[in-house]
Amino acid sequence: MDVREEIREKTKDFPGEVHPVPGGGIMLSSFDDIVNWARSNSLWPLTFATSCCGIEMMSVASSKYDFSRFGFEVARATPRQADVIIIAGTIVNKMAPVLKRLYDQMADPKYVIAMGACAISGGPFFYNTYSVVKGADHIIPVDVYIPGCPPRPEALLHALIALQEKIKSGLTRDQIRGEKPQP
Amino acid sequence: MTPEIFKEYIAQVLPTATFDESGEWLNVLIAPADWKPFAQTLRQSEHNFNYLFCLTCIDWKTHLTMVYHLSSTGHRQTIVVKANLDPANPEIDTVSDIWRTAEFHEREVYDLFGVKFRGHPDLRRLILTDDFVGYPLRKDFEDPVNMIKL
Repeated sequence: MDVREEIREKTKDFPGEVHPVPGGGIMLSSFDDIVNWARSNSLWPLTFATSCCGIEMMSVASSKYDFSRFGFEVARATPRQADVIIIAGTIVNKMAPVLKRLYDQMADPKYVIAMGACAISGGPFFYNTYSVVKGADHIIPVDVYIPGCPPRPEALLHALIALQEKIKSGLTRDQIRGEKPQP
Repeated sequence: MTPEIFKEYIAQVLPTATFDESGEWLNVLIAPADWKPFAQTLRQSEHNFNYLFCLTCIDWKTHLTMVYHLSSTGHRQTIVVKANLDPANPEIDTVSDIWRTAEFHEREVYDLFGVKFRGHPDLRRLILTDDFVGYPLRKDFEDPVNMIKL
């Protein structure tokens, strides 16, 4: 069983036991697990779309796919109130410093999703130009990559759920990649 | 109005112009030196080409071609004017005083192709950063850091 499967097994259910008693209930859990669970289910994305993937992201926000079901309801227009930045679209050299500044202005803990071929690697058709950054991970660290051009809304939902699993596991990026021992 | 009427009219105004009717619109090829007075004539004539909806440049490796798409909103007519430029020293008169939209279009062409527009009120970069070297839309543009040779 690799790390990801372990995480999936661990984060399947609510982290704790609820014992109903008259007049209320008692919940047994570890505090860290509850905090991670709360964090993962209230991720606020930053409104950041540089090209066509942005349209796909809007469609995920719309009633048909509705990412508010997973707690992504509140798309913020300022980095100071956002937890996750979804890089939806091409990043060009002129945009790179802006993206870096937005990322730096986000409050910790912060997460990054690279959506679509452009954000992963510079795109399927204009990677060989003077202007395009060949992957957003040249600028900021990325947690979840979504392949596709454009990715379907389901793919973005899947990536959001994958990010939630990572957060619920309470491990760092390096630990999930197996570069550092787990606690 | 048909292309023939334009042809007659333009042959009258500018005898050196050559025509190409293979496309959707009438193409008029002129010498760059004739462009400014010719543009003024087109704007002020009874045809009244009052709308320049596209101004761009093409690099043919041997020469650069300026392309102007002109429309007459009153008569619903469109013609295309082309002028070949020398790639070593591309220069042509500005038409930003005739069609206001040319101001930004010409700045863009200046930025990406290096064409100098004589008499432009504010010829500076529009898209690229100030320290950018070279003209990226030209065929001979090379950027070994970001581009691979195919």
